[in-house]
Amino acid sequence: MAEPWEDDELDGPVRKFMYVNRRAPYGTIYALESLEVVLIAAAFEQDVSLVFMDDGVYQIKKEQNTDAIGVKNFSPTYRALEGYDVEKLYVEKESLESRGLTTDDLIVPVQVVEKDQLAELMEEQEVILSF
Amino acid sequence: MPMLHTVNKSPFERRTLDTALRHAVKGSAILLIEDGVYAAFDGTVVADKVKAALSDHKIYVLGPDVAARGMSEHHVIDGIDVVDYGGFVDLVTEYDKVQSWL
Repeated sequence: MAEPWEDDELDGPVRKFMYVNRRAPYGTIYALESLEVVLIAAAFEQDVSLVFMDDGVYQIKKEQNTDAIGVKNFSPTYRALEGYDVEKLYVEKESLESRGLTTDDLIVPVQVVEKDQLAELMEEQEVILSF
Repeated sequence: MPMLHTVNKSPFERRTLDTALRHAVKGSAILLIEDGVYAAFDGTVVADKVKAALSDHKIYVLGPDVAARGMSEHHVIDGIDVVDYGGFVDLVTEYDKVQSWL
């Protein structure tokens, strides 16, 4: 008989987690910390979605090159999220447009949503964590 | 006396750039660094305000912070000069003093 710790499946409840990213990537630690917590939730097989809004849209800007500032470029990690079954990435349309950006500027495929749709998505969640 | 003002906060999140511009006398310079660099690009909702400021101030943006954020020097507003770390040092020596708006 299999011991509990040999179970492959985690039997805990699966909850709907939404991570709301509103900060630019390198000026503060919020973006990197959010990414770490997202990966933890994904490891526990939770239903994870990510939102990028306000300056958070800059986290997934293409072609980041941090060589000259001596900080790790963590933007390629967003492309690895798919491998953790984190595939619900939402970007707020208004935030992109006010910064002169389009989805062509982003390193990952995302779903662009308007603020009202985003509000509805937030209502559907069980846990919302804001960074 | 002309002063160099550095701004390191995003113009979309904080009012630091507005405050710096409000207190910068004509002829003083603005250097955008860290998240402040996001003010330097065309096509944003703050671009008109920054372009208007160019009539009273030289405006510079720090290239390494632009590259780190994946932003293109080609999209920097006309009239804003991109400088490297050596250029930052030159500006500090060129102006009488530096005010770092945080």
